[in-house]
Amino acid sequence: MPDPLLEVRAIDAYYGDFQALFGVSLKVNAGEVVAVIGANGAGKSTLLKSIAGMMQPRRGDILFGGTAIGAQPAFSVVKHGIALVPEGRRLFPSLTVEENLKIGGQSRRPGPWTLARVYELFPVLGERRDQPAPTLSGGQQQMCAIARALMANPRLLLCDEISLGLAPIVVRDIYAQLPAIVGEGLSLIVVEQDIAQALKAAAQVYCLQEGRIALHGPAREMTRERISAAYFGV
Amino acid sequence: MTEWVNVILQGVLIGGLYAMFAAGLSLIFGVMRLVNIAHGDLIVLAAYVALLVTQGAGLDPLTSLILVVPIMAAIGYALQRGLLNFTLGEDLLPPLLVTFGLSIIIQNGLLELFTADSRKLQAGAIEVETFQVMHGVWVGVLPLIQFLVAAAVIAGLQILFYRTALGRAFRATSDDQAVAQLMGLDTRHVFAMAMALSLAIIAIAGVFLAVRSNFDPAIGPARLIFGFEAVIIGGLGNMWGTLAGGIILGVSQAIGAQIDPGWQLLAGHIVFLAILAVRPQGLFPKVSG
Repeated sequence: MPDPLLEVRAIDAYYGDFQALFGVSLKVNAGEVVAVIGANGAGKSTLLKSIAGMMQPRRGDILFGGTAIGAQPAFSVVKHGIALVPEGRRLFPSLTVEENLKIGGQSRRPGPWTLARVYELFPVLGERRDQPAPTLSGGQQQMCAIARALMANPRLLLCDEISLGLAPIVVRDIYAQLPAIVGEGLSLIVVEQDIAQALKAAAQVYCLQEGRIALHGPAREMTRERISAAYFGV
Repeated sequence: MTEWVNVILQGVLIGGLYAMFAAGLSLIFGVMRLVNIAHGDLIVLAAYVALLVTQGAGLDPLTSLILVVPIMAAIGYALQRGLLNFTLGEDLLPPLLVTFGLSIIIQNGLLELFTADSRKLQAGAIEVETFQVMHGVWVGVLPLIQFLVAAAVIAGLQILFYRTALGRAFRATSDDQAVAQLMGLDTRHVFAMAMALSLAIIAIAGVFLAVRSNFDPAIGPARLIFGFEAVIIGGLGNMWGTLAGGIILGVSQAIGAQIDPGWQLLAGHIVFLAILAVRPQGLFPKVSG
């Protein structure tokens, strides 16, 4: 069994004095899609932010391809090959669509994702390339945010609640592109409140409840009863 | 009649210098919300650096820019990385206080090193050369060069901001620091590059100031005021607006001086206050996207 691509080992994460994660461990193998589900405030975004380097865990380690990245800031972590699609899209409002994509490629990692490739994946972005980012609809902004992260040519893509605030049909369209994104050997962590989509897309599932892993295992073994129990902490 | 044309023309040309004072200030506020109280004193510092370079290397002031600009840019990078980066945060106050202290330190440091003697850089015959534009209207060669350089600097900044990767980095970091880091941008370096650029512009402004008129360690704060007024009149976020702001300020001062020499500065301040009262966002503010 080859070493996992990403190994999170018992991390504790804090916002000031408030502890958000308690000894959380997680593994992602190369080419795998992992779903992290949980209620609001369970610590899902905190987990992704810690992996991406936006926060540094106070205890525990994060290993990526064997290298310890837990203490590194976000701009170094990107260079190792982890890209985050932040919660709420967070496109740069002063930049056009194309400029947002170009700045996604700022770290100049070599790889298959280029402007042309990204416009192939999401043609609507190509149509609106010179428009200011805030003029796009919610679904288009989400596509732009995903594309911007892909431009960094990551080995691991972190998606934080990409279905948030979007109509179900739009969410379906975006998730329909996931196989194309993952096809090149990219690994994926998907954080979702929409459990159905997450389970359909993922091989492994982790459920967070109040900062702790309450359940984890292969997606196909998850029954509704087990998920409800873990999600709500029954 | 031609007298007034001359007056307004002089005002326009000095407006270029004011716009250069303002451009660096506006750039720094735009990228990192930092109000640099030491900005005027840094212009004076640049003038003294030019003094040392012209005396030490035997260069004329305009040629000395080749050395003064990189020296000031390096000072700017070090200043941001070594000091001002640590003041940046949610609160607008710490950078204000620190740069205020810096202003006092620079003024007194220059006083210690150079005494309060008034200095001037000699550019030679070009200082008094003029040519006739039309009957009765004359333009000084040096003021015209100053204005054209100012316009070129502003055009250069526009190109930098909107057509280069560095400009994209400035705008993205200014929008959202945390997400800019996710793109692989070391924001400490981005801010330091912005300050280096600001000080490079200050270097040009300082040399032109030193050639145009006398300078001593204490004249910094007045230059800061002119820079502020030009930025506010023109509107934040628009470089061409800053040029317009500088021109309006220069012309107001020139007209005031023509009516009565004692009214020169007052006229400028009155116009500034009037615009601030009637249109606080400035004449050409950039519409936020």
